[in-house]
Amino acid sequence: MGAARVVRKRIFDELWGGGRAPRAGFEPLASWLTDTGTGELGRRQQAAEAAFRTLGVTFSVYGEKDSAERIIPFDIIPRIFTAREWDKLSAGLEQRVRAINAFIADVYGERRIIADGVVPADIVLGNPQYCIPVAGARPPHGVYAHISGIDLVRTGAEEFVVLEDNVRTPSGVSYMIENREAMLRLCPELFDRFAVQPVDNYPDLLRDTLYSVAPHGARAPVCVLLTPGHHNSAFYEHSFLADTMGIELVEGTDLEVDDDIVWMRTIDGRVRVDVIYRRIDDDFLDPLIFNPRSMLGVAGLLAAYLAGNVAIVNAPGNGIADDKAIYSYMPDIVRYYSGEEAQLPNVETWRCREPEALRYTLDNLETLVVKLVDGSGGYGMLIGPTAASAEIEQFRAALVAEPHRYIAQPTLALSTVPTLTEQGVSPRHVDFRPFVLTGADHVCIVPGGLTRVALREGSLVVNSSQGGGTKDSIVLAAADGKEEQHALPYGG
Amino acid sequence: MRLNVCYTTLYEYREPARHIVQLLRVTPQSFAGQSVLDWRIDVDSDVRLRAGRDGFGNVTHMLYVDRPVDRLKLTVAGSVLTQDMAGIVQGVAGELPPLVFLRPTPMTAPSPALAALAEKIAGQSAGALDRLHFLAAAINGGMRFDTESTAVDTKAAEAFEAGHGVCQDFTHIFIAAARLQGIPARYVSGHLFRRDGAHSQEAAHAWAEAWVEDLGWVGFDPANGTSPDDAYIRVATGLDYRDAAPTAGARSGGGAEELSVEVLVTRAREKGQFQSQSQVRS
Repeated sequence: MGAARVVRKRIFDELWGGGRAPRAGFEPLASWLTDTGTGELGRRQQAAEAAFRTLGVTFSVYGEKDSAERIIPFDIIPRIFTAREWDKLSAGLEQRVRAINAFIADVYGERRIIADGVVPADIVLGNPQYCIPVAGARPPHGVYAHISGIDLVRTGAEEFVVLEDNVRTPSGVSYMIENREAMLRLCPELFDRFAVQPVDNYPDLLRDTLYSVAPHGARAPVCVLLTPGHHNSAFYEHSFLADTMGIELVEGTDLEVDDDIVWMRTIDGRVRVDVIYRRIDDDFLDPLIFNPRSMLGVAGLLAAYLAGNVAIVNAPGNGIADDKAIYSYMPDIVRYYSGEEAQLPNVETWRCREPEALRYTLDNLETLVVKLVDGSGGYGMLIGPTAASAEIEQFRAALVAEPHRYIAQPTLALSTVPTLTEQGVSPRHVDFRPFVLTGADHVCIVPGGLTRVALREGSLVVNSSQGGGTKDSIVLAAADGKEEQHALPYGG
Repeated sequence: MRLNVCYTTLYEYREPARHIVQLLRVTPQSFAGQSVLDWRIDVDSDVRLRAGRDGFGNVTHMLYVDRPVDRLKLTVAGSVLTQDMAGIVQGVAGELPPLVFLRPTPMTAPSPALAALAEKIAGQSAGALDRLHFLAAAINGGMRFDTESTAVDTKAAEAFEAGHGVCQDFTHIFIAAARLQGIPARYVSGHLFRRDGAHSQEAAHAWAEAWVEDLGWVGFDPANGTSPDDAYIRVATGLDYRDAAPTAGARSGGGAEELSVEVLVTRAREKGQFQSQSQVRS
C-alpha cells in the first residue's frame, strides 16, 4: 500500500462528499448514524468482535511473518456503494481481469505482447516471477486467474484507482461474508432502510467457478481445497470456504499423484481429484519442480497439471501478472488485449529505468512515493512528504546508482468513510478489495468485497499489522429492485 | 560418430518403498548435429511411465510405482549419430528466449569471488565468444577435478572457493560468471564419449551453453576446457543442475536408499572402445 500523508489535496468523504449534506442516496446512512447513537454503535461493535472471537475468525494478511492468530478490528459503520457506482466499478474490474488472463496466457504461450514491443522483454522474461516450468503449458479451459483480488482506492466521486492486482492466492473473502453476517444480525434495521445486494452466495459462485474449470470429460468433478495446514494465518478462511462450498479441506499428505492423475486418499480408497483450489504458494506445490524441501505440496502435481489432468486454482505462474514491475504496464496490457482504454486507471507511475522518469522523480522526491520494484510489504519505500531530508538524500543516491530498481508514484488522497472512534464518529481512510471470479465461460463479481480502514486519524496505512480494521462493504440494489450477479459470457 | 549409450540406475531400499514418483530427464532430442536413432527406457518393476515435455523443452518421463518394491532398476539405452558443430547448438525445438537464462538461481548465486572472476574475464576481450572461451579455460585451469569433495547440492560459490569439484560444479561456476557479465547461460546434462579413456573422468557429464549474438547457443565444457564436439550427447537443459538433472524423485517409505549408477558410452562398430564408470552423479 503505497499511499502517504496527503498534502494539500482534497479528500473525498464517501458519506458527506465534500459538503455538509450527505451525498444523494446516502441520507438513510446519515440518519441511521444519528438515530443509533455512538453508545449503541459501540455496544454492537463489541458484540460483533466478541462473536468473531468465539467463531475463531482470525486472520493475518497472507505472507506476513507474524502468524499468531488475531482478530482484526471490526468497524460497525458500513461502507456503501450505490448500484450505479458498482456497475461502473465492476465493468472496469472485469475488463482488467480479462486482460490479466489474456496476458498470462500470452507470456507463457506465443509472447505476442513482447514481440509487438508493448512490454519490454526483460521485464517479463528476466523477471523471477516468470515461471519457466509452466512455459508452454495451457491450463484446463485456458483460465489462469480464477480468483482475483484487485486492490483499489477511491480518490473522488467517480475516481477509483487500482493500487495492486492479486492473482496468486488472494485472501480476505471470508471477511466479506462474516462482516455482512454480523451486520445483518446486529443492525437489521439498516437493511430495512437500504435495499442491499447479498454476498452470502459467494461460496456457491466460487464452487461453480471451480467446477467449470474441471478438465474436459470430468463428470461430477471432485474439487478440494489444499491448505498448508492449521498453522497458516489464513487457515480460518480455508476451512470456512471448504465448509461453505461443501468440498474437502486437504493437506499435501492427503494427496498423491499416480499415472499423471491426482488422487485423494480416503478411508474408502482413493478418489480422483479434478480441481485443486490451493492456498499454498507456487514454490511449495511440487517438491520435484519447485522448492525441494517443501512438505506442503504433492510430488508429481505439476506433471498432472501439465498433462491436463487437473486444474490448479489459481494457476501456477500467475505471479508474473501481479508483479510490481508489470503493474505500471497494466494500462498498456488492457489496451493491447481489449482494444479499449482501461476503465480503471492505475496510480500514475514513473519507471525510473526511463531517463525522463528518473529526472522527474529526482526533482520531486519530496512529494512522491518511491518503491523498490522487487520489494514488498513496505520495505525499501520512500514516502516523500513525511520523510526526513537524510532519508530523501539516501534514496536520491540509490536512485542514481540503480534506477532500474525503482518506481515512483504520487501520494494519493484516499477517500474517507465515517468510522466509530473513541472520539465518536469520525472520517477514516479506506481501501477496497473486491473479488473477481473467472470460470470457463463467465466472469462474475460478488457485489461487495473487503474494505480495510486505517483506524488511526489521518493514517493512510490500512494494513492489519499497522492498526487497520475492516468494514462491511455494502452495494445497494438498483432502483428497479433487481439483484443481478453480473454474470457475463467469458470470451477470452 | 555413432554412439551407443547404456545408462543404468539402481535404487535399493532398506525397507520396501510404497509409492514412488520420479521425474526423468533422460531422453535426448534430435537437432542439427545430433540425430537420435533409437532410444528406450526399461524398468525392472511394474511401473507406469508417462512422457511429457517441460518448460525448457526437455523430454520428460514421469515414473510411478504404486506397490511396495525394495529395488528399482532403470535402464536407459539407445544410439545417437553425432556431428562436430564446433559447439554451436541449432535447431532445438521449443526453445525459450535467451533472456530467461540471465537470472541467478540458488546454485548459481553470485559471490564476490565469482564477480571478480567475471570482471577479470571481461577485461580480457571485447568479444563475448572470446571471453567465454577464456572463462572455460580459466575454470579448467584454476579448478581441480575431484569427485570426493563436493556434493550434489554444492553451490557455485562454494565450489569456486574450495577450488575443486566435479563437472557439475565447474558448469555452475561458468554459468554464474557468464550471467554476471550479462550473458545468458544454461546448464546441460548429457553424455560424453571419452576418446582418451581417461578413467578419472566420469562418463555421464555436464557442461554449459551460453548465448552469443549472431551465433546463438554455444556449448562450453569447463571440466575439459573445450567446446562440445561429436563426442557429446546433449540430453537436457535448464537454469542449473536441478532443472536438468537426469532424475528427481520422491517416495513414501523405503527407509535408507542405496544408489548405483553406471554409464556406458561406446562408439558403434568399434568394439573395445568403451568404458564403464560407476558414478553417483554427473
